[in-house]
Amino acid sequence: MFEKVLTRNFGLPRSESIGVYIANGGYQALPKALHECDPEQLIEMVTASGLRGRGGAGFPAGRKWGFMPKGSDIEKYVCVNTDEGEPGTFKDRELVEKDPHQIIEGVIIASYAVGAHRAFVYIRGEFFLGVKRWIKAIDGAYAKGFLGKNILGSGFSLDLSVHRGAGAYICGEETALIESLEGKRGEPRKKPPYPASVGLWGKPTLVHNVETLANIPHIINRGAEWYSSIGTPKSTGPKIFCISGHVRNRGIFELPLGVPLREIIYEHAGGMTFDKKLKAVIPGGASTPMLTPDQVDTPMAFETLEEAGTMLGTGAIVVMNEDTCMVDVARRLMRFFAHESCGRCTPCRTGTQRMLNILERLEAGQGKAEDIETLERTARKIQGLTFCPMGDAAINPVLSGLKLFRDEYEYHVTHKRCPV
Amino acid sequence: MQEGVQIADPARRSMLLTALYIAQEQYGYLTKDAIERVANRLRLPVADVYSMASFYSLYRTEPTGRYVLQVCEGLSCHLVGGADRLVDYLQKKLGLEVGQTTRDGLFTLETVQCLASCGTSPAMRVNDALYENMTPERIDELLETLRGYHV
Ligand SMILES: Cc1cc2nc3c(=O)[nH]c(=O)nc-3n(C[C@H](O)[C@H](O)[C@H](O)COP(=O)(O)O)c2cc1C
Ligand code: FES
Repeated sequence: MFEKVLTRNFGLPRSESIGVYIANGGYQALPKALHECDPEQLIEMVTASGLRGRGGAGFPAGRKWGFMPKGSDIEKYVCVNTDEGEPGTFKDRELVEKDPHQIIEGVIIASYAVGAHRAFVYIRGEFFLGVKRWIKAIDGAYAKGFLGKNILGSGFSLDLSVHRGAGAYICGEETALIESLEGKRGEPRKKPPYPASVGLWGKPTLVHNVETLANIPHIINRGAEWYSSIGTPKSTGPKIFCISGHVRNRGIFELPLGVPLREIIYEHAGGMTFDKKLKAVIPGGASTPMLTPDQVDTPMAFETLEEAGTMLGTGAIVVMNEDTCMVDVARRLMRFFAHESCGRCTPCRTGTQRMLNILERLEAGQGKAEDIETLERTARKIQGLTFCPMGDAAINPVLSGLKLFRDEYEYHVTHKRCPV
Repeated sequence: MQEGVQIADPARRSMLLTALYIAQEQYGYLTKDAIERVANRLRLPVADVYSMASFYSLYRTEPTGRYVLQVCEGLSCHLVGGADRLVDYLQKKLGLEVGQTTRDGLFTLETVQCLASCGTSPAMRVNDALYENMTPERIDELLETLRGYHV
């Protein structure tokens, strides 16, 4: 049985309180990091752990820390990405609601390592309980001297505050998040320059997902070697998987990266509801291409999912049974992307709307013979041509649907209805 | 020009999202007056503040009912019998369409995208509160409770 790391306190009463966190070994990595390590050693340790970002892209965390310019004379910032909005994903909300101090400890250590004295939490506006939990946790950390001036007598100071977003999925993208923090419309910036060189108010900024940061205290406490022994060589550590759809036990499961998809669906999630047949699985959130039943033995790791033609993304698994209409699935996901396109660049704004119109038409039984080709062509006109990765994300459900279930799309055109 | 303002006092502009929330709370929704006040206080162009209010979906420039019922129409909610089914149910029960408000001004019905409650779906939000594992029966109870506050 895998020993839980990130969610180990989730079952305890008042797990969100600072008292419970400390009573269960919390805030022990902080003095170790501040008193026994210099920033360079911490960066080395995180690099050696192999920790990769949990916000979707899987970029090595230690490398990102290393990109931040050195020196104490430069103003630098850390941003904590709590904007979670990728359909199917609900791990960050749980982390914040159930164990916010674990994340705060990670933020303080990361800030010390990169030399930032100001950190900002950016939280999705809809997360009302999350906002309250963040504020309470931060107040508690200040009261104990873990935040503020001269933390634990180390000479290192850090201020942390909460900024509430206001309803825009795109603000989860790191440069849009920065724009929003600056009080502007959340429209992504051109990269490069990356936030590590030009970020918030033009200063070097480290942006991390909350799950990534929650790993940090454990790496400091138990060492990089322990951490990298979990998972696969290229995808180390524990991962919080979210599973929803047609399975018996929906929810979150913390498991080592590399766990086979089959084990998550049939053991942890208890198998398919009503023992229906599996039809398709979205492995990592709405923007990751689907897998088919013959692929359920794929290990859930960055590299293996890439080999299987998809992505680990946020680790949000959506399971669909034999009764699911794949055109309806694509329509529903496209509605999301069309709604959430920030409108800044034309291919994403008009392309998603055009694809949505076609999918609505197909689903309503009014599809025309040329619609499928137009759908594909429109997707290709977005691919690689948008300002930020949102465009590529938006076309994945359609392109993978067309690849795997083209006959179903054709059936909608010829029979004017769903085959299921 | 605008660049200059931001560099001179970046923190002031950063207050904008919070200021809009406060104004919305005080005025009920972002009226012309509310927007102008925020613009004046933060010394920003009114058009700029309007553009922010229209970009972010949690800001409202139109009045709503006392309770805004937001049903998630995301995939994970749909797969377990939520989304359309709950929207249809509420439309019939309240005698309105998505986007409309009941005549007594109590309820506005809206659909939203994934609320990050896919593991406890179907999900909906009422003002700031999240409701999970929703069914028509639980919707009945909820509406009754909310109405009870206003008799
Ligand atoms: C359209 C879009 C939406 C995103 N939304 C989120 C989000 O809600 N939360 C998140 O942590 N990362 C999100 N990301 C990824 C961030 O841009 C960024 O890579 C991440 O916060 C970096 O943190 P990590 O290295 O810890 O993963 C999004 C990216 C894109 C393109
Ligand atoms: S799809 Fe409804 S909460 Fe995620």
